[in-house]
Amino acid sequence: MDIALGKEDLAFAERMRSFFRTEIPAEIRAKGERGEHVSREDFVTTQQILNAHGLAVPHWPMEWGGQDWTALQRHIWAEEMALAHVPPPLAFNAAMVGPVIATFGSEELKQRFLPPTANLDIWWCQGFSEPNAGSDLASLTTRAVRDGDSYVINGQKTWTTLAQWADWIFCLVRTDPEAKKQLGISFVLVDMKTPGVTVRPIRLIDGGYEVNEVFFDDVRIPANQLVGEENRGWDTAKFLLGNERTSVAGTGIIKARIARLKKVAAETRSHGKPLLEDPLFRARLTQLEVETTALTMSVMRVLANEAKHPGTPDPVSSVLKLRGSELQQEATELLVDVLGPAALGYRETAGVSEGFTALPDGAVDAMPTYFNWRKASIYSGSSEVQRSIIARAILKF
Amino acid sequence: MDFDPTDEQRMLAETVNSLLDKRYDPVSRLKLLDSELGWSRELWQQYAQLGLLGLTFDEQYDGAGMGGAELATVMESFGRSLVLEPFFATVVLGGTLVSQAGTPEQKSAILPRVAAGELLLAFAYAEPGTRWSQTDIATTAVRSADGDGDGWTISGEKIAVLGADSADTLIVSAVTPDGIGLFLVDAAAVSVDAYAMQDGQRGGDVLLADAAGQLLGTSADAIDHISAVIDVATAALCAESIGVCERMLWMTVEYLKTRVQFGRPIAVFQALQFRAADMYVALEQARSMALLARLSLDDDDAAARQLTVRAAKIQVDLSSRQIGQESIQLHGGIGMTMEYPVGHYFKRSAVIGKTFADTSELIELVGADGGLIG
Repeated sequence: MDIALGKEDLAFAERMRSFFRTEIPAEIRAKGERGEHVSREDFVTTQQILNAHGLAVPHWPMEWGGQDWTALQRHIWAEEMALAHVPPPLAFNAAMVGPVIATFGSEELKQRFLPPTANLDIWWCQGFSEPNAGSDLASLTTRAVRDGDSYVINGQKTWTTLAQWADWIFCLVRTDPEAKKQLGISFVLVDMKTPGVTVRPIRLIDGGYEVNEVFFDDVRIPANQLVGEENRGWDTAKFLLGNERTSVAGTGIIKARIARLKKVAAETRSHGKPLLEDPLFRARLTQLEVETTALTMSVMRVLANEAKHPGTPDPVSSVLKLRGSELQQEATELLVDVLGPAALGYRETAGVSEGFTALPDGAVDAMPTYFNWRKASIYSGSSEVQRSIIARAILKF
Repeated sequence: MDFDPTDEQRMLAETVNSLLDKRYDPVSRLKLLDSELGWSRELWQQYAQLGLLGLTFDEQYDGAGMGGAELATVMESFGRSLVLEPFFATVVLGGTLVSQAGTPEQKSAILPRVAAGELLLAFAYAEPGTRWSQTDIATTAVRSADGDGDGWTISGEKIAVLGADSADTLIVSAVTPDGIGLFLVDAAAVSVDAYAMQDGQRGGDVLLADAAGQLLGTSADAIDHISAVIDVATAALCAESIGVCERMLWMTVEYLKTRVQFGRPIAVFQALQFRAADMYVALEQARSMALLARLSLDDDDAAARQLTVRAAKIQVDLSSRQIGQESIQLHGGIGMTMEYPVGHYFKRSAVIGKTFADTSELIELVGADGGLIG
């Protein structure tokens, strides 16, 4: 793959690689490498180190901590971070609300929110989906009614990732119920401590606690927490969802997972030999590696195209989410296959009682991650939505 | 990082496409397919005049001195039109073998004549009873007892030799005491059982019974040359396959939009839309790997280059199999007919999938080399 990169980009990759592997605490990276849960504190520590070196929000405007990088460099940054098992900057801050405030927010909002958002002093969560607004996001019904200098919000959000750790939530709310679907929506910022905000956990099939329902009962927020113009929130949401189209491929995550499962497969016996030498297993693995390499190259093509013809929609970018999520899932499933019976027990930690054999790497997280990662082909535009987008692009109807 | 074609490559594609658009309409192609030769000598001369037949040869041998990117450009165009002339056999395989392994005298004697369209070549490597190995072969070459010791005598049988029916000179792989060597053999010295391949390109099986041959190059250990040429040729096939797959996808899209059933164009049915979308995904993944394959030809590390090219063909063949099968399915009955072009593209993609090595073999080879990641 290096053959596709120029000398300068290879040097840039080397610089990123060595930074991530020397500046981020080894115990945090080791958790990522072993698939263990990374704590809130680990995320904050990491993002603050990155931010101190100008590496937390490189895609932001330079005056707010961004870097004058090419799209390819940003891709290399993200990929090397994943390969070094560094917990990435919180997407809700770095990739979502930050760029939105920087682009649509008033000077006052920028001053107030951008520095703590980059530094993860504020932990954001995303209030977009609702029980009846999933793929059809614009059908959302959470209401915000203007009342003097305030908005009063009533309704419910769902699938709110890590709301239990969040300080603030950015929401799409309906401000004009009479207007056509997309036209009556606004983008607002809500402090989670505001009276009337209630968080209820949703247990997922992996046994973990990652997402929540968030209820709004007469939640009163200052009107200056509106971002952009009233009723123009859909533009903001489209901007947010269209950001960094190549990161959805997750090629760094896939490669890190493949490298890990190959290590475990080399240490697992099957028919008296390392599983890695089993022809059938190796064939599945190799096909996954080939398709991941193709995806990586597709990312490169989208990046090269973006650099050369900025702003033109590239239908290949729809391929990235579709194939990326599928390959992430395949890598997850393959680790389960490597572990066999060792993957079956539900455990909170990798510790074992005295006298028992230590667990192989993956015994704790392989199966839960397999269950959990079914989400990847559902969120951010399900695979079916992606196929519809591609079909519309090629059939032109 | 810029993957757009250069102006020169764009012009090359335009030149080739405009000739083929004129000469390779489906009816003309069907006529060529049914002709005795199976391709057009007149077009062959036009390719020579355009410089295509010496595209990658050194300029000192009347070539155009171009590289893998330009070869890929031509192959993609040839794939779009399903060209029947023996370009792959003569120029890509034969010409590259001579360029890589030949002595200066051999290059002078052969390459200018190939570039001028006067000499046809074929590479005979596959044998009955084996599948994809280039080394597990039974054809032997021994030094001739008479003469000055330069001559060799070759015996054995080769199968599925592309272009064997019309080649003037065969390049034959054979076992020698020093390894696997390559030998130039006059077509008159062998017997050929000629046939059309499943995709209509011509070829045949070759029997060598004490055939006189000349060693290509100076060493009878030519396996590195063979591997290098198969890498170049595989990258070229990947590019051709992109042209083939692209046509299958866009023909299918056109058909979905124009075919009316139940009072509506069938493109409105989501079951069909999703299959078309998946064909597009497969095409773009293949295109990415075909690109990587041709970039890797510049890699000085031969093992890395071979690994990448093999990986590319895995993706290209997986994609083209899906696109081919789906294009027939989405066309319905009309896709099954010889009269309608899409089936011909499907046949070509199936043959590419079984050229040099198939998907299972390549997956085994790439896996045995440790794979691509980690």
